[in-house]
Amino acid sequence: MSMELILFYVLGGGALAFAAAMLLPNVGRNPIHSALSLVGTLFCLAGLYALLSAHLLSALQIIVYAGAVMVLFTFVIMLLNLQPDEIQPVRLTTLKVAAGIIGLFVFGKLITAITLAAGGAQSVDLTPHSAAIGGATWEGGFNGYGTIREVGRMLYTTFLVPFELVSVLLLVAAVGAVVLAKRSLHYIDAPTPPPAKLNRLANKPEAAATHDDHGHH
Amino acid sequence: MQLLANPVLNQIVWTLIKFAGFVLVFVLGLATVLTWTERKFSALMQNRLGPNRANFGKIRAGGLLHMLADPIKMLTKEAFTPDTPNPWMFTLAPLVAFVPALVIFAVIPFGPGENMMIATTDLGILFIFALSSLNVYGTVMGSWASNNKWSLMGGLRISAQMISYEVAVGLSLCGVFMIYNSTDLQSIVVEQGRQTFLGLPAWGILTQPLAFILYLTCAIAENKRAPFDTAEAESELTAGYWTEYSAMGWAVLALVEFVEIILIGCVGATLFLGGWNIPGVHGDTPGLVMLQIGAFVVKVIFLILVQMTIRWTLPRFRYDQVMRLGWRIMLPAALLNLLVTGVVLAFIDR
Repeated sequence: MSMELILFYVLGGGALAFAAAMLLPNVGRNPIHSALSLVGTLFCLAGLYALLSAHLLSALQIIVYAGAVMVLFTFVIMLLNLQPDEIQPVRLTTLKVAAGIIGLFVFGKLITAITLAAGGAQSVDLTPHSAAIGGATWEGGFNGYGTIREVGRMLYTTFLVPFELVSVLLLVAAVGAVVLAKRSLHYIDAPTPPPAKLNRLANKPEAAATHDDHGHH
Repeated sequence: MQLLANPVLNQIVWTLIKFAGFVLVFVLGLATVLTWTERKFSALMQNRLGPNRANFGKIRAGGLLHMLADPIKMLTKEAFTPDTPNPWMFTLAPLVAFVPALVIFAVIPFGPGENMMIATTDLGILFIFALSSLNVYGTVMGSWASNNKWSLMGGLRISAQMISYEVAVGLSLCGVFMIYNSTDLQSIVVEQGRQTFLGLPAWGILTQPLAFILYLTCAIAENKRAPFDTAEAESELTAGYWTEYSAMGWAVLALVEFVEIILIGCVGATLFLGGWNIPGVHGDTPGLVMLQIGAFVVKVIFLILVQMTIRWTLPRFRYDQVMRLGWRIMLPAALLNLLVTGVVLAFIDR
């Protein structure tokens, strides 16, 4: 077994195990455990990207998802500090059913793509732009595939329009988030205080009592 | 150099040797010395004597023996675990903070030549960003698992502060890649060895002076040391995120801070002070290579002393001041630096 295959099994198995741990009843009950499992999954995926020579993608996966997005998630979870009895039991809603159907559809498409690709790279060309990437071919392989320089060159030449459109989309999302957040700020200016439940970090008698019983070292 | 016949094994053995020499001996050794330097330095700045009691009979070695006394004390103290639903997370947290901090050194070039870094990867600085964004998890896990409101507040402050300053750190370093046209740290160092006008070396501190100030400030803020230690803030939060830690758990968290000081010194020296370059010295005889490695060490130690001076000079900022500085001053200044660099590079011929 080659080194790459061993690493693939370790990383792939790890990604699946962390993803499963996210949903396990005794782990999933605590949101912060779920968030940390997701970090583990993202980490394993970054390793898989590196195995596929997508160096830049694997670094960005860690910087953006594990390093920024998930830190924000844990921040919010800690800020809300939900107690187990405050977490609602899982209920089946229309939205969740729709999400499940879409998920199954994407999964089916993926399976189709993989079976087609396994039938031979000639039958379905998964790399429509390969000719545009520095004129290099896959058979010979070319230096710099997946490196910062090559990905950057592609983003600013071949894929310039989609790249700019996506950045506009992200800008719209950021502005939208600010607008939505500012709308609820009228609580602060209003003469009446917000509902008392907002301050979850305030006294929780039972938690404080158990802690004080043991005292400090 | 060929130690073993099998090329893969040979590479693994060489990597381990370099890791042992650079990370275990240099970095961890220096971090241990810094536990003494920190206290002696603060004593110097506050007109005190500092630690001087540890002794073997009459030998006190200027308090250096405290480096030996501290670990013995830490190992023999009670490792207290608070009443928490997550005891395993509490125990694991210092290690989660410690490991990424050590792995980052793999991409730092400590001498001239391809072999003088542990891992040759074209990611370079992105590897540093990726791993340094991870060690916040250790402190956040620890503060969460402590089941203590002070710890939790400290953890909240760290995660917000890390995210805010990481953006500015990343953008401040982008100007450096643009000038040296690479993200690989070794080639950035080589480029810095060239001479520019007036015979000055093309060091990052001369080509990107604003970026150097922004990087140093934001990196200290990410390392949550004074004046940015709002996560510890003993006057408000007792000891913040490590309130519940004692014995070796605490020692490891404290050591992470010192390792990060060295890391800031290494990255700062590599990107802004010319790395192992000595102006006017070129060549690869063993003697010159040793001299250049020595130059790198001197630059790292210089930046460490700068950080210590800042730490013991400035009082702690308020939390809202820290956040305002990050978003309203550091981030726009980094963007401005990037814009000016881009405009200048577009008009001059490289």
